[in-house]
Amino acid sequence: MSLFDWFANRKKLGPISKERQEREIADGLWKKCESCGVLTYIKDLQANQMVCLECGHHHRIFSHERIRQLIDADTWQAFDDHINPKDPLRFRDRKAYSDRLRDMQAKTQLKDAVQTGMGQIEGLPVVLGVMDFRFMGGSMGSVVGEKLTRLIEYGTQNKLPVVIVCSSGGARMQEGMLSLMQMAKISGALERHRQARLLYVPVLSHPTTGGVTASFAMLGDIILAEPKATIAFAGRRVVEQTLREKLPDDFQTAEYLLNHGFVDVIAPRTQLKKMLAQLIRLHQPYSPKNYQANSDQVNPERHSLSNSGSRTSIGTSS
Amino acid sequence: MLNSSQLLFPHIRNLHLFPIDAMPTTERRPILLDFEKPLAELESRISQIRELADENEVDVSAQIHQLESRAVQLRQEIFTSLTPAQRLQVARHPRRPSTLDYVQAISDEWIELHGDRRSGKDDPALVTGVARIEGRPVVMLGHQKGRDTKDNVTRNFGMASPSGYRKAMRIMEHANRFGMPILTFIDTPGAWAGLEAEQMGQGEAIAYNLREMFRLEVPIICTVIGEGGSGGALGIGVGERLLMFEHSVYTVASPEACAAILWKDASRSAQAAEALKITALDLKNLGILDQLLPEPVGGAHSDPLKAAEILKAAILHNLEELLAMTSEERQQLRYQKFRKIGVFTE
Ligand SMILES: [Zn+2]
Repeated sequence: MSLFDWFANRKKLGPISKERQEREIADGLWKKCESCGVLTYIKDLQANQMVCLECGHHHRIFSHERIRQLIDADTWQAFDDHINPKDPLRFRDRKAYSDRLRDMQAKTQLKDAVQTGMGQIEGLPVVLGVMDFRFMGGSMGSVVGEKLTRLIEYGTQNKLPVVIVCSSGGARMQEGMLSLMQMAKISGALERHRQARLLYVPVLSHPTTGGVTASFAMLGDIILAEPKATIAFAGRRVVEQTLREKLPDDFQTAEYLLNHGFVDVIAPRTQLKKMLAQLIRLHQPYSPKNYQANSDQVNPERHSLSNSGSRTSIGTSS
Repeated sequence: MLNSSQLLFPHIRNLHLFPIDAMPTTERRPILLDFEKPLAELESRISQIRELADENEVDVSAQIHQLESRAVQLRQEIFTSLTPAQRLQVARHPRRPSTLDYVQAISDEWIELHGDRRSGKDDPALVTGVARIEGRPVVMLGHQKGRDTKDNVTRNFGMASPSGYRKAMRIMEHANRFGMPILTFIDTPGAWAGLEAEQMGQGEAIAYNLREMFRLEVPIICTVIGEGGSGGALGIGVGERLLMFEHSVYTVASPEACAAILWKDASRSAQAAEALKITALDLKNLGILDQLLPEPVGGAHSDPLKAAEILKAAILHNLEELLAMTSEERQQLRYQKFRKIGVFTE
């Protein structure tokens, strides 16, 4: 059933009963917005890239969904998805790290907290890394470090722009100093990418903190952030402990970082793909011929409509 | 050597000299760590016996000699079997030699330089300067803890701000322009986590150093002299060589923070210190550390000049090796050093 049919059917059924709505909430067909409380059909929400249609709240999304949103259909080619984490310190807190890893892998169907690969954004080839917050809070251990380093190295060798969508609680404590050192390892790879005069754009989504903030998240040639995302080096509570007064409400939000000059653009998710494509094109060498050839793709109106306006398209077609 | 630097730079006399020279006798009272207590008891017994013997004019030199060698043995035993949590205490010892102590001890001359030229402030928690070691001009920089409570407040307990990391980068760029090797000394609980630090971009300041240190052409030798606290340590920690004193630690997160987060119980910090693998030997085994520097028995604070001698010899040795390479070889070495760190299967 196409999305259009689905909406058409829904219309025929008329307003739904309260009981039915409750049943459907339980079935996960509806989602309540954490920000404004409004209930939205999951499919409506998905069509709007999980951005609340009422208030613009960005619901958390994970790596598969993000790749689907950013990469042109059928162009994604995953890298290094055979790399598996180990437990080099035989770390055990309240639970053994090896058990944690096994449970996380079963729960998320991911090997670790990042997916990397190559694909196209509006026909433009890029290498893309997407962190996944579900997997131990997106924490960075050896696997995240290794996969991102290989990704950047691949980008350097093949003269491709690098995009990394960040979402992480920071370094993974269970791998001790091996985790901390990944910050330097990735930064070193970014230095080589930079020397080759290639574009690197991190996208900071909620939350981007700790060792990720103190390394590749803040090293973009251009840094994008999702609205209201928490972006921090030290955690809010840690900062609070150093102070007598209360912190400002917008402290460590994307908007706060923009105001302090550490983020270039707040990019709503519904505009993100278009903006990335636009930035990549703007950084390609100029030749009048290229520009002509691309100019129909550059037209922004068409893209924003087809990407974000599920309501608009329903409105015009029904 | 220490004396000559004092004479050359009398203005730093009051700042940071070894406690054994600078502190009045009353303040030289040793600060005891709990595991040193048996040793302290033995030592006080020795002096009691000596006093009694003097008063009564009895010759007990044989017994004293025996007890003294027992004390030496005990000290040896204690300091060769420290747990990670105990080592952390030694690393944080208030009398442990600091960056400025070592700088003054190992350099022929030294001029401290101030400011990042951007933020409008100078960060006293991270000191930088130009120096000469065995005749060769170098840049030295490091975190600086305070020697007493007042000094620690000024120095923010060695927790540097963005302006400190940016000052470090400015001085490293300077070194790069003039072909001076860079020696960094790591000794911090972590980067400062205050409101202003966040506002001024603590994350960006550290990240920028991590990337740019890979670009520099001159040799970089980093030494953990005390506490290597997380990103705040790494922010001046990218080099071809990482050295570490025997009783210093280097950790992804403080054991206290780790215990609070992972065990939900800050009192489990000794357990966290054990689990996190933070000692020099651990890091050697993990392939992170290049050279472990032995400390005088009883820790660097028990014989700072000896510790400085060990440090200087190690730095000169590593410097010689690195200076024999081309800048491309050094950059490659630095890249590969970090590139190979990580444990996974594929
Ligand atoms: Zn909403």
